[in-house]
Amino acid sequence: MDVARSPDRIAPAAGPAVVEVTGVSKRFVSAEGTPVKALDAVSLSISAGRFTTLLGPSGCGKTTLLRAIGGFEVPDEGSVRIAGRDMTHEPPYARPVNTVFQHYALFPHLTIAGNVAYGLEVTGVPRREIAARVERALGLVRLEGFGGRRITQISGGQQQRVALARSLVLEPKVLLLDEPLAALDRKLRKEMQFELKRLQNEIGIAFLCVTHDQEEALSMSDTVVVMNHGRIEQIGTPREVYDHPSTRFVAGFVGEASMLPCRAAGPEGTGTRLELAGGGHLVTAERDVPTGDVVAVIRPERLSLAGTVAAAGAAAVFGGTVRQSIYLGDKTRVELSTGGGGLVLALLDGAIEPPAPGAEIRLAYDPVHVRVVAP
Amino acid sequence: MSLGTATASGNERRQRLATLSFIAPGFLLIVLLFLIPLALVIAYSVMTRGTYGGVVWRFDLDAYARILGLPNEDELRDWDFVYLIIFAKTALIAAATALIALVVGYPAAWYIARQPEKRRFVLLLLVTIPFFVNALVRIYAWMLILRADGLVNNLLMGLGITQAPLQLLYTKGAVILAMVYQYLPFMVLPLYASIEKLDTRLVEASLDLGAGRWKTFRRVVVPLTRPGIAAGLGLVFIPAFGNFIAPTLIGGSKELQVGTLLVQAFLSARDWPFGAAVATVLSAIVLLALVYMVRSERRAPMPAGEVRP
Repeated sequence: MDVARSPDRIAPAAGPAVVEVTGVSKRFVSAEGTPVKALDAVSLSISAGRFTTLLGPSGCGKTTLLRAIGGFEVPDEGSVRIAGRDMTHEPPYARPVNTVFQHYALFPHLTIAGNVAYGLEVTGVPRREIAARVERALGLVRLEGFGGRRITQISGGQQQRVALARSLVLEPKVLLLDEPLAALDRKLRKEMQFELKRLQNEIGIAFLCVTHDQEEALSMSDTVVVMNHGRIEQIGTPREVYDHPSTRFVAGFVGEASMLPCRAAGPEGTGTRLELAGGGHLVTAERDVPTGDVVAVIRPERLSLAGTVAAAGAAAVFGGTVRQSIYLGDKTRVELSTGGGGLVLALLDGAIEPPAPGAEIRLAYDPVHVRVVAP
Repeated sequence: MSLGTATASGNERRQRLATLSFIAPGFLLIVLLFLIPLALVIAYSVMTRGTYGGVVWRFDLDAYARILGLPNEDELRDWDFVYLIIFAKTALIAAATALIALVVGYPAAWYIARQPEKRRFVLLLLVTIPFFVNALVRIYAWMLILRADGLVNNLLMGLGITQAPLQLLYTKGAVILAMVYQYLPFMVLPLYASIEKLDTRLVEASLDLGAGRWKTFRRVVVPLTRPGIAAGLGLVFIPAFGNFIAPTLIGGSKELQVGTLLVQAFLSARDWPFGAAVATVLSAIVLLALVYMVRSERRAPMPAGEVRP
């Protein structure tokens, strides 16, 4: 895992693929009349029974990709296969996928039970069967006995559960979720993250979730797909995406990171020595660092003050001048200049005395945590 | 504390006064020009016909008896439902007008509501153009189009579809056509208001849940735009029911409608109580239509889910 990887195009193998997106492109004309490439030759495969998240800033194409899978956008190029069948041009109602919409899109003229029953009724499921399945679905989202209430009588969190039940009752091959937690307040959002994960484990169908919140993506997903400018930047487990960002964008978007321009300067130990652009050097555990300008990425919490207990086991150190240090209680946040304009962020143990601005300090790190990406 | 309440009630009084001064002109206008004449009409309808027009101040329900078709031995009248039939026929023609306007107007309103905002405004303005044309001019235009050597017949014969001119003018169809044209804006505007408010994500959700386009329209779009549908039906039905220009000019003289009956009763027959009774019944039917509209507005969105777990 400590080899720098080129941006992945294939999800880690785990079960058969239920959705295969191949070379999908989609262009829109913006309000100003300029064409915008919302999706640029995107290929992705969603494994059965996994929780996959599309993560990226707004306008990165993640929602367009979700809508292309749901049947609400027809790609200009490429194909969408669902459960082994080409469904690129099939309408939404012919696809074995269901969507939980961003603001839930519950039918205001129906009761909760009416909403959940809707998909069963319109697809001709026998009446006797409907009532039982509706009640089972409401039980799954912990809304037993709420069936008779109106949509306007329940809270946002409950509406979200109704939207889930309405989709899950149809037993889709993949459940698509468009920013499912964005409309909830912070506390409820945390709760629903676990709730979604529990549901997905319990029923075992694939979830494909769109979010711009990296914490949500990391905490819920088996696989995170990071997107930017209509392209996939990286596909990996939350850990891979966080610890082994394969591009500069991923490193910056998922979590905080210091980016230091540098060049490879020959092997050191089992890794590579990196000469920083502004003087000084770092060591990375990566071996195959390309020649020419690269960027070293290091997470603030992977750094510790040299000589302290926290630094024990860290194999390398580098020095710098403290520009600012902010005490946060459990941590102290330090901005360090490394000379030549390089700026390093470090989250140090809050128990030690915060270093004063202007002080020269030495930070210890493990070369395993220094990643190299293209500038 | 007490000072606070005093100020609050003072504010309240001032506010009530302001409200009153805002609604007073409209209120007076309605009382003077609508309620008083309506009361007069109702009063005339229960009086006795004067020999040379006007009324004699004697209570008499004979006008209503004639509308209902009851026999009257004094006037040697047997059971005769001719007026009830006229009311029923007029109601059918008005209902047909409203329904055709709905079928024609819905797609148009849908199309306009889905346009970019700037274009929507222009299209709505175009929809209201018939309003700016004098009613008589509109009807004469239809006469030119529909008459024996008019546009339609010339076209049909020119294309060899018909050999001789068809009788288009002076038919029920012509009356309905002209009224659909005249009242279409009354249908399109409330429909547009309802459709524009419709959340398209609900349509997407329905499609996503497996409902085809028709089922989505029937089960989601229609229930959620019901206020617009009801308002449109009411706003077309009501004036179509009492219209007399279209039935008189292009409906021909054979077929009486409520509007023409009314005009005849006052102007030709000089039977004011009977005319007033016809007008009162007409107003009552219009009132019922209004109640239906208002109730539909209140009910929406109504529960339609049949499932009770």
